[in-house]
Amino acid sequence: MRKLVIAISMLAFAGSAYADPIKGRQALMKERGKLAGQISKVVKGETPFDAAAVLDALKALQANAEKFDVDTLFPAGSDKGDTTAAPKIWEDMAGFKAAEDKFLADTKAAVASPPADVDALKAQLNTLGGDCGTCHQTYRIKKT
Amino acid sequence: MAWLKKLVGAVVVLGGAAAAAGWALSAPVELDAGTVAQLGPGDAAKGKRIFYAGGCTSCHAKPGAQGDARLQLVGGLELKTPFGIFVPPNISQDQKDGIGAWSEEDFANAMLKGVSPSGEHFYPAFPYASYARMKPADIADLYAFMKTLPAVAGKAPDHKLSFPFTIRRGIGLWKLLYLSPEPVIALPAGTTDKVLAGRYLVEGPGHCGECHTPRDFAGGVKKAEWLAGAVAAEGSGVVPNITPQGGTKDWSEADIANYLETGFTPDFDSVGGAMVDVQRNMAQLTADDRAAIAAYLKAVPPHPNGYPARKPAS
Repeated sequence: MRKLVIAISMLAFAGSAYADPIKGRQALMKERGKLAGQISKVVKGETPFDAAAVLDALKALQANAEKFDVDTLFPAGSDKGDTTAAPKIWEDMAGFKAAEDKFLADTKAAVASPPADVDALKAQLNTLGGDCGTCHQTYRIKKT
Repeated sequence: MAWLKKLVGAVVVLGGAAAAAGWALSAPVELDAGTVAQLGPGDAAKGKRIFYAGGCTSCHAKPGAQGDARLQLVGGLELKTPFGIFVPPNISQDQKDGIGAWSEEDFANAMLKGVSPSGEHFYPAFPYASYARMKPADIADLYAFMKTLPAVAGKAPDHKLSFPFTIRRGIGLWKLLYLSPEPVIALPAGTTDKVLAGRYLVEGPGHCGECHTPRDFAGGVKKAEWLAGAVAAEGSGVVPNITPQGGTKDWSEADIANYLETGFTPDFDSVGGAMVDVQRNMAQLTADDRAAIAAYLKAVPPHPNGYPARKPAS
């Protein structure tokens, strides 16, 4: 009986997002990149500006940022393994959270004032892309 | 035993001669009069472009400074390298703590010869081995632009190095091996102006090879593995291979130029690490400059990665 309970709880655990925080955070980062890519294509003129589609992408970025819970995605010890997270994250958790909070705030601001044209979108993408860089400057290590 | 005396004598003479030769060879060499004459009066507006191409703020701004504060070149960053900790100095216009009192010639000697106004060698953590390839007129423009930047008081701490790297004179020998104004990559006749312009920006002011090329035991860049990527000199991780055989091999020239402008890779990862500051500087250049850099990076010889393969994750 006890074994069964443990087995079930292990299964439940594996099914949750916490099972593999590294995979969880990488999936969210991948999604961010995809959304930034959609917006960037509009800025570069590769896809035409469609206000509704752009707003959807910005909303998806906000939803992604809201899901990005640092405490569950970056538990102690998850600096080991197949990850490019820098040890600096755990040395400076407050700074890391502040960088993430700024990204969330900037996505909210973008959604709150939807861009009316490509130039406005470009300015927003610059801000959001700047957030990506600021965080990756300190908290990510390139390994390959 | 006369032979022994003779031998000792010979050794002493030879040793003394070697020491004397070493001393003579390691002497700081300043610019010749002809190069100084080419400096001329600089143009600050043009110098702004060189300032961003040269990435001065990346090392000389106060660590963590953002926005306009990045133009306060007070120094103080710590570059933790295998040779010790280098601390970029104050190069603001402060007369006492910065370089406000330097003449144009002093500045050119620092940039092109790695020699200070007092006639000492600078450590090559200051990338004059790259800046040595710059045109004197660009140095003059840069000098004029830096004159427009604020004076900020405050000396940065000294370098923290261990013996023998504490002996500045030894850098003179290093310079004999590694300091040259010649281009790294000889390009064939008929190479487009665009690629040549890119070579100048990358090999000269941009000093890309300082981080993207592996170094030998003496800290000189291995030109035979130019831009092949390297283990990061400070911190951990690697600096990517940016030759046509590296991680950027599938990037188009437009992809490279766009990355330098926006910080996004073609698959919408973002710029990271020390490259963040570099990219923000590159974003200040003209679209033509970024396109030239991209064209040159496609024209350099391909190399396998200049760093060891990543160990499989355990």
